[in-house]
Amino acid sequence: MSNKIKNLTLKIWRQLGPTTKGSFETYKVAEISDEASFLEMLDYLNERLISEGKTAIVFDHDCREGICGTCSLMINGQAHGPQQGGATCQLHMRKFSDGDNIVIEPFRAAAFPIVRDLMVDRSKFDRIIESGGFITAPTGGAPDGNLIAIPKPVSDAAMDSAQCIGCGACVAACPNGAASLFTAAKVAHLNRLPQGQPERFKRVESMVETMDLYFGSCTNHGECQGACPKEISVDVIALLNKDYRKAKFASRKDLAR
Amino acid sequence: MTQATSSHRSPVTGTAVASKRRRLFLLDLYSTAVGKKYVMAITGIALMGFVLTHMIGNLKMYLGASELNHYARFLEELFYPIAPHGVALWILRGGLLAMLVLHLHAAYSLTVLNRRARPVKYQSARDFQIATFASRTMRWSGMIALAFITWHLLDLTFGVVNENVGAKDAEGLKDVYGNVVFSLQRVPVAIFYVIANVLLGIHLFHGAWSIFQSLGWNNPRFNKLRRSFATAFAAIIVIGNVSFPVAVLAGVVGN
Amino acid sequence: MSLTVDLLEQNTVNLNSKIPLGSIEDKWDNYKADMKLVNPGNKRKFKVIVVGTGLAGASAAATLAELGYQVDSFTFHDSPRRAHSIAAQGGINAAKNYQGDGDSVNRLFYDTVKGGDFRSRESNVHRLAQVSVNIIDQMVAQGVPFAREYGGLLDNRSFGGAQVSRTFYARGQTGQQLLLGAYQQLARQIGLGGVRLFNRTEFLDVVTVDGRAAGIVVRDLVTGEIESHAAHAVVLATGGYGNVFFLSTNAMSSNVTAAWRAHRKGALFANPCFTQIHPTCIPQSDEFQSKLTLMSESLRNDGRVWVPNNPNETRPPHEIAESERDYYLERLYPSYGNLAARDVSSRAAKRLVDKGQGIGPLKNGVYLDFSEVITRLGREVVQERYGNLFEMYERIAGENPYEVPMRIYPASHYTMGGLWVDYELQTNIPGLYAAGEANFSDHGANRLGASALMQGLADGYFVLPYTIGNELAPMLGKTIPGVEHPEFKKAEQAAREKYDNYLNIKGSRSPDWFHRELGKIIWGRCGMERDEQGLKQALSDLPALHEEFKTDLNVTGDGTSLNQTLEKAGRVDDFFELGMLMCRDALERRESCGTHFRTEHQTDDGEAKRDDQNYCHVSAWQWGGDAMTPNLNIEPLEFEAAHLATRSYK
Ligand SMILES: Cc1cc2nc3c(=O)[nH]c(=O)nc-3n(C[C@H](O)[C@H](O)[C@H](O)COP(=O)(O)OP(=O)(O)OC[C@H]3O[C@@H](n4cnc5c(N)ncnc54)[C@H](O)[C@@H]3O)c2cc1C
Ligand code: HEM
Ligand code: SF4
Ligand code: FES
Repeated sequence: MSNKIKNLTLKIWRQLGPTTKGSFETYKVAEISDEASFLEMLDYLNERLISEGKTAIVFDHDCREGICGTCSLMINGQAHGPQQGGATCQLHMRKFSDGDNIVIEPFRAAAFPIVRDLMVDRSKFDRIIESGGFITAPTGGAPDGNLIAIPKPVSDAAMDSAQCIGCGACVAACPNGAASLFTAAKVAHLNRLPQGQPERFKRVESMVETMDLYFGSCTNHGECQGACPKEISVDVIALLNKDYRKAKFASRKDLAR
Repeated sequence: MTQATSSHRSPVTGTAVASKRRRLFLLDLYSTAVGKKYVMAITGIALMGFVLTHMIGNLKMYLGASELNHYARFLEELFYPIAPHGVALWILRGGLLAMLVLHLHAAYSLTVLNRRARPVKYQSARDFQIATFASRTMRWSGMIALAFITWHLLDLTFGVVNENVGAKDAEGLKDVYGNVVFSLQRVPVAIFYVIANVLLGIHLFHGAWSIFQSLGWNNPRFNKLRRSFATAFAAIIVIGNVSFPVAVLAGVVGN
Repeated sequence: MSLTVDLLEQNTVNLNSKIPLGSIEDKWDNYKADMKLVNPGNKRKFKVIVVGTGLAGASAAATLAELGYQVDSFTFHDSPRRAHSIAAQGGINAAKNYQGDGDSVNRLFYDTVKGGDFRSRESNVHRLAQVSVNIIDQMVAQGVPFAREYGGLLDNRSFGGAQVSRTFYARGQTGQQLLLGAYQQLARQIGLGGVRLFNRTEFLDVVTVDGRAAGIVVRDLVTGEIESHAAHAVVLATGGYGNVFFLSTNAMSSNVTAAWRAHRKGALFANPCFTQIHPTCIPQSDEFQSKLTLMSESLRNDGRVWVPNNPNETRPPHEIAESERDYYLERLYPSYGNLAARDVSSRAAKRLVDKGQGIGPLKNGVYLDFSEVITRLGREVVQERYGNLFEMYERIAGENPYEVPMRIYPASHYTMGGLWVDYELQTNIPGLYAAGEANFSDHGANRLGASALMQGLADGYFVLPYTIGNELAPMLGKTIPGVEHPEFKKAEQAAREKYDNYLNIKGSRSPDWFHRELGKIIWGRCGMERDEQGLKQALSDLPALHEEFKTDLNVTGDGTSLNQTLEKAGRVDDFFELGMLMCRDALERRESCGTHFRTEHQTDDGEAKRDDQNYCHVSAWQWGGDAMTPNLNIEPLEFEAAHLATRSYK
């Protein structure tokens, strides 16, 4: 197996807080092995910074296996870096070559203020979910799990969009800073299921309207789909748009009543 | 060393209880980005319909002056005698103008929204994976198309920049054919015409695909066809429209 | 006389497990029939703090808020959805018997007790099995897209340690889907104002006034501010401590701080040495490795495990002839072969690697070879079964498992030990509860696959909401100490000093360096196999290293803005003290049971030898003022419904 050793030049964004001015700093790292993950390469750099008495670079991460959605980073102009269908934590150094220059920036969007260095605050996603990304089913009242048969294709389709890890790469990659893919993925998950029907229209209305408070609009660039570590398709955005239209008509009927 | 970067934070709660303002249905729909995209798409379709018919009508040019001028006359007399002379055409024009204005307003407000959504740009070069040149330049291609439409109206409808406008042909009809030939024989005008139409084609290359998404028309059965439709539509418009200045300059039309 | 009886007399704390009366099937019903209730209108007069938003914390916070309690929810994550529960892959058990294969509450109960090698509390486990069925209903109602059959009904798979198919799953992302379900329920309550969420806020200490939990002290990770919150009850649902090994399959930020701080305030810590090692993880590739990745155990259904006979083997695997390979699981356990139980196959791998027969660049793994099945069934079939896993492996290891055998090695995965709790999930500090992986209650000395998710949700959805009410009802109308109480101020001050101190040491080693070294000791001495000598060695090495930590730690940056190095320092500090307790516990438990394998106590063929005469008890440790001087308390375990039997894999 190859265990090539690499020397790299990193340009990393450093910024103290949401309102302070940031800038790129250049770091050279030597002897990075192919086996290392991208984040381990940053750990390694941080170890060195600490030993030099400098403040470590702040970046978000947790599970390091592509499921928690905590890691982020724009790497060479791509959200989650040069790899399809994976999060930054799943990126390995064998994707890079000796002598490469790597530019690392935080995800940028008005809704994702920088907390520090490469860490951003993605809690606006939570606001969208809080506004309607759920099924109202208080604990205790649920009927038997097999009471409603759900056709496998329906359940599978719901699962496809339920896989979203809430990483925010879609927003970061979108030239408009739109959160359509994230919002639509949740709408598509819940609105496809029989359990989601009672709140179907209310859900999509509130979620779209909350999304509007913080994010840009969808021009159907499709860039979100390219950046999404779960490869969620923009098809869900069409579903969001359709349900939103239907919701508006439905709520007009409600008003008339 | 450094100061605290943020002051006391408060807990998150009650985020979804704000009461909603009720508006008139259409205004309500238009108040969100998704609603605005519906307007973009519907007005876009109307404009596409216009661009297509306009191009097809103009193909009459290749059948000679008389055919084209009669066609122009037909448009003026549309629905005559139910509608008085020229009225139906003005209604159509009014409708189109309304479509254009709505399209523009939506485009403008969405652009503002999008700018606000990312006030600090990426400080390093982006490497786009899927977004096309067409999709990223909608507002520029649209703006040049708008400039072109304005010029086009001043040129061929109002005659402000076209001395031939007002002339009659041998049959006593408005000499539309002559107007076109006069206009497009000016090389700079012809070049502008070609550039604007190529950009319109680029606008449509993305726009004619995008409408399906915006309107929620998504179905595995026809999804593959959406891209082909948009490419074909844009190509037809560009080839048709660009052929006119080329034909005029090459002397195929106008002799 | 047994040791259990002797030890019981030396208890320093009166441990009352509050097991309700009645037959095992009736206990939970009897409890519910007798418990005190808070009337709906009065519930909002009570404030409950829930720390942690994993399956246990999110489900508890959401349910308590739905009932009407004022709930404050805390997590150090940026969003509740990021809790480590998100990473669980395999599935969740429930005694639904949807497959009609003879499953029942009693069978799930028995399997779980037996899987835990008879070191768990019967009554708690039986209740877990009872409410397991409600969990599935609740999660389906919540919109969790569990796998389904073509007819539209829920699908099940079978999992280790059970002879029935009772595991519900959502592709390989069951934990994610369940957590999102609970998170969404919590999000709804946050939206409605029923829950106040404090994100990026780390719990540092529990405050007790007159022996009762009065609230907590937290640190805002963004601003470094330390502040207090008072409440009528505090729930710790803060996950497990598998990261004490440094390398584990746990998320990077999983830690023991919450449980440990509570322990230092008087809560007993039970069975700390019961930690589970998972046999199929991708081995460490270099010194800088930060965590290990689990590969689903299902791979062992078709892969064959082997190592080369020759410890000095240097050839690539395909050049090693069949006769020069040792298919050791097939050789040692002919009837189970490659499917031998988790701990058994983990230990077998360790022994060979220790003998120098390990493979890979660091000689720290064993092969899991698919060439036989690929030849037999074709690549297509294998791809269909394991495509995703192969892809994931290739992404991490950079080798294609269709062509080169996978390299695997065991890794720390789950911790059965945790805060001691009674039947009500209350610790020995009144008003302080522990739920999910943070408590010790249900898995004994070994946890069966797919039962941690079940336990987290059972605790949060169906146990705490009742038991907390029972505790709070008598408190109606009584005032509780506020954050101005001197005990709060004292705890805040201590926390401030603790963090200032880390910043002021200005030594030469980073917290990560110490964590790595700590991990090596624990993994080496208190990992898959333990012995007296090693444990004693660890108990002398650990305090020395901890001393070095206290004098040579280097934390850069400051304490008034977000500082991940500082956060890490606090967590590593607590891991040190926990590590000492783990080794002590492992040393004092002179038997082998479940995952706790003392080499001195094994049968002739290398199986764990339990000692029910002397160790059929829970070891619940009390903080003795210093990490090296804990006081042992025991809770004897009685088995009435599930009869003590030897776990056998033969
Ligand atoms: C890779 C992997 C796969 C697994 N697969 C399965 C499986 O298939 N089936 C199964 O049943 N189990 C599985 N498990 C085990 C299971 O996932 C966990 O035991 C379970 O999810 C724990 O849930 P929890 O709610 O107790 O804690 P967690 O989900 O760990 O949540 C802990 C919470 O506490 C918070 N917290 C912790 N400390 C503090 C503090 N000091 N201050 C503030 N907040 C704090 C965290 O922010 C987090 O919100 C797996 C585990 C791993 C590692
Ligand atoms: C002949 C005239 C025009 C036609 C046929 C046309 C057609 C379209 C179509 C079909 C779309 C796609 C709508 C959707 O995604 O739902 C679109 C989008 C757009 N158009 Fe036009 N358009 C025309 C003129 C203009 C003009 C004059 C502008 C001026 C700026 C403009 C700006 C835009 C922009 C910015 C978008 C993208 C909006 C978004 O997705 O956010 N268009 N157009
Ligand atoms: S849709 Fe994809 S890119 Fe967007 S938050 Fe979800 S997982 Fe991330
Ligand atoms: S760290 Fe969890 S997805 Fe990357």
